[in-house]
Amino acid sequence: MSDPILTLSGISKSFPGVRALNDVSLELYPGQVTALIGENGAGKSTLVKTMTGIYQPDAGEIRIGGQLISLPTAHSASAAGITAIHQETVLFDELSVAENIYLGHAPRNRFGMIDWRKMRWEAGATLQSMAAGIDPDIKLKELGIAKKHLVAVARALSIDARIVIMDEPTAALSQKEIEELYVLIELLKQDGKAILFISHKFDEIYRIADRFTVFRDGEQVGKGLIRDTSQSQIVQMMVGRAVDQIFPERRAERGEVVLEAKGLSHPTEFEDISFSVRKGEILGFYGLVGAGRSEVMQAVFGMTQPSAGSLVLNGKPLAPRSAADAVDAGIVYVPEERGKQGVITGEPIFKNVSLPSLRKTSKSGFLRLAEEYALARTYTERLDLRASSLSQDVSTLSGGNQQKVVIAKWLATLPKVIILDEPTKGIDIGSKAAVHQFMSELVAEGLSVIMVSSELPEVLGMSDRIVVMREGRVVQTLENNALQPETLVRLAAGIIEEQAA
Amino acid sequence: MTQSTASHRHLPNRLDNPFKSIVLSWESLLVLVAIGIFILNSMASPYFLNAWSLSDMTFNFTEKALIALAMALLIISGEIDLSVAAIIALASTLMGLALQYGADTPVLIAIGVGTGIACGAFNGFLVTGLKLPSIVVTIGTMSLFRGISFIILGDQSFKGYPASFSWFGQGYVWWVISFELVLFIGFAVVYWALLQRTNFGRRVYAIGSNETAALFSGVRVARTKFILFCLTGAMSGIAAVLLTARLGSTRPSIAEGWELEAITMVVLGGVSILGGAGSIIGVVLAAFIMGLVTFGLGLLNVPGIVMSIFIGALLIVVIALPILWSMWRQRA
Repeated sequence: MSDPILTLSGISKSFPGVRALNDVSLELYPGQVTALIGENGAGKSTLVKTMTGIYQPDAGEIRIGGQLISLPTAHSASAAGITAIHQETVLFDELSVAENIYLGHAPRNRFGMIDWRKMRWEAGATLQSMAAGIDPDIKLKELGIAKKHLVAVARALSIDARIVIMDEPTAALSQKEIEELYVLIELLKQDGKAILFISHKFDEIYRIADRFTVFRDGEQVGKGLIRDTSQSQIVQMMVGRAVDQIFPERRAERGEVVLEAKGLSHPTEFEDISFSVRKGEILGFYGLVGAGRSEVMQAVFGMTQPSAGSLVLNGKPLAPRSAADAVDAGIVYVPEERGKQGVITGEPIFKNVSLPSLRKTSKSGFLRLAEEYALARTYTERLDLRASSLSQDVSTLSGGNQQKVVIAKWLATLPKVIILDEPTKGIDIGSKAAVHQFMSELVAEGLSVIMVSSELPEVLGMSDRIVVMREGRVVQTLENNALQPETLVRLAAGIIEEQAA
Repeated sequence: MTQSTASHRHLPNRLDNPFKSIVLSWESLLVLVAIGIFILNSMASPYFLNAWSLSDMTFNFTEKALIALAMALLIISGEIDLSVAAIIALASTLMGLALQYGADTPVLIAIGVGTGIACGAFNGFLVTGLKLPSIVVTIGTMSLFRGISFIILGDQSFKGYPASFSWFGQGYVWWVISFELVLFIGFAVVYWALLQRTNFGRRVYAIGSNETAALFSGVRVARTKFILFCLTGAMSGIAAVLLTARLGSTRPSIAEGWELEAITMVVLGGVSILGGAGSIIGVVLAAFIMGLVTFGLGLLNVPGIVMSIFIGALLIVVIALPILWSMWRQRA
């Protein structure tokens, strides 16, 4: 067995409030594919960014071929022979395929100008060797996503990269295109490249990878050879002791229907959406990204106007024309895009919390700071917000604590229905548990919760009933009673079509 | 695993020393600058340190500063109004027109202020109703409003305003204290309270800091911005009354270039041109500084064109300084 070409050891990286990587190590071997496995937020993308010179590690060392190196910039990483192929390719639509392949290292003629003929010829030769069937002269924007990946691979070959990182390269590809990608990976392996392959899909990993490294919560928890390890062993490493992740027990009494949607439609995003949520109930919305769940919720919240259908809140028809209308009616929305739509960055915590409740804390339109502080303190302390003071700028808080500020803001308005859109996406595990705990407290107090989530354990662990959406429509509404994750995945993915393809 | 603790940690209201943050504020710097220019002026000209001189000085800025008060709120909310000087021209022209039909002082004032509000509402509708960018809308209405006064007036001018009307631009409330100055100070207090002490002001800051998040927090963004455009129009109408009364005549070229001076006051006063930050106290201080500078240069017989160069340079320096400061701090 040859020595690893790339060795990371003792790498740590912290962000304000979050320890993204803690003393992790990784080895990549020439001519082998190493799979990097871990749940969302395990630290995979942070590691990739550390390897490509985008982040600087707080501690640890990086060696290539035994040589200690540092990667202060993205350029230095590519000079060291490390290249990354991302889920969404970072290429240039308006440039030709050949230009994309040779951007930054184009062959020069004796006048120091770009040798276009040589560049086109070499690009063509590289693409030929990959059997890609791409004309190097056409503009990149004329290619589909799969072909763009091939161009990215060609670029990796052209800069003579020794280490190729593939970050969920198959996420946007069809089955046929994935097969083509496997062929290419074999090609890269034969060429002696070391490949880091990041994927959530076990069938892919077992198909293509030789080795694996498992991350959990920013730590390396296991590594080995794929052929010696079973899938369930890897799953166990991924989830650790949290296999039956501790979700709070459901004890809330379900009461009468609070909010009902009938046949909500939108010209482009969704069609004929009907659901109802009861008092003391958590209604989960599951589906793939792009199924239209957030769009439905934003219509319920008054951000967009549905073209058809109606809403009934506590027996009374409701047609919110703005978020302000929805808030007045008692419907609040915790958005997925926390930084853009949730918190007002640059403003302190207490002003964020009091913003929708100013009518309550003020007296005839004039602010009363003492009341605002009291209101903010009541709700942020209940959520166990980690901050130094209520005047701390929210942008300095970690993602999980920002989420707590957003939730505190809405609880202070004493809502009837709270909609949570991917409430624990990208937040640390401690905050996650706090948010889950809090959701169950809310329903116990008689609130209705609608939770949009793409995380299966969360949907299954928290919801009373689950609405599965696909391509803008409700596929089915299920009682969460001994539901199998596979059932949800099948419904959300439309498994019949997948078999046909 | 973190365990949720039974006893929650207590969060204090604030940790920083409020006194320290006042001392290190932009406003404190402006006070120092104002004192410095005051001393320079009194050394440069023997005519400066005189109650009537100083009173004359205030006429240099009160009308523009009235507009700057409302403009500050508009810029904090992330919008801008470049048509304010053109609103003065149109309001003044319509007052002059009404004068030809025998309108008396109360009617003239109502027409001046009413025109301002109508123009502001028009800007506000284009920006919030049709969702057009305010910089484009108000460049357009800048030409539109002044164009209307050119059509009405041509190369003529309206004259012959009654003495009771002129008092608003020339009168004194007590000794050297002019009506304009009293009005400005009164409005400064009103706008300070509106911005710093009311729900409305809090929402203005929220919109300027992150408009999308404010919208998602249930703030009625369009309504708030519409009100701000109306307020800016109203203040321009009031400025039109004062200026017309002070000059005693209306020409279509009245108040040309004032939009830039009003915006300079706002930015010099520490309001972020990107929205979300700033204070009325800073704008008031900046207005006094601009008045002191132009008056001091006037006493030294510096020609008007040099003054515009000075104001232009001041605007660039004031916008560049905070950016350079943050770059320097990042490097340190």
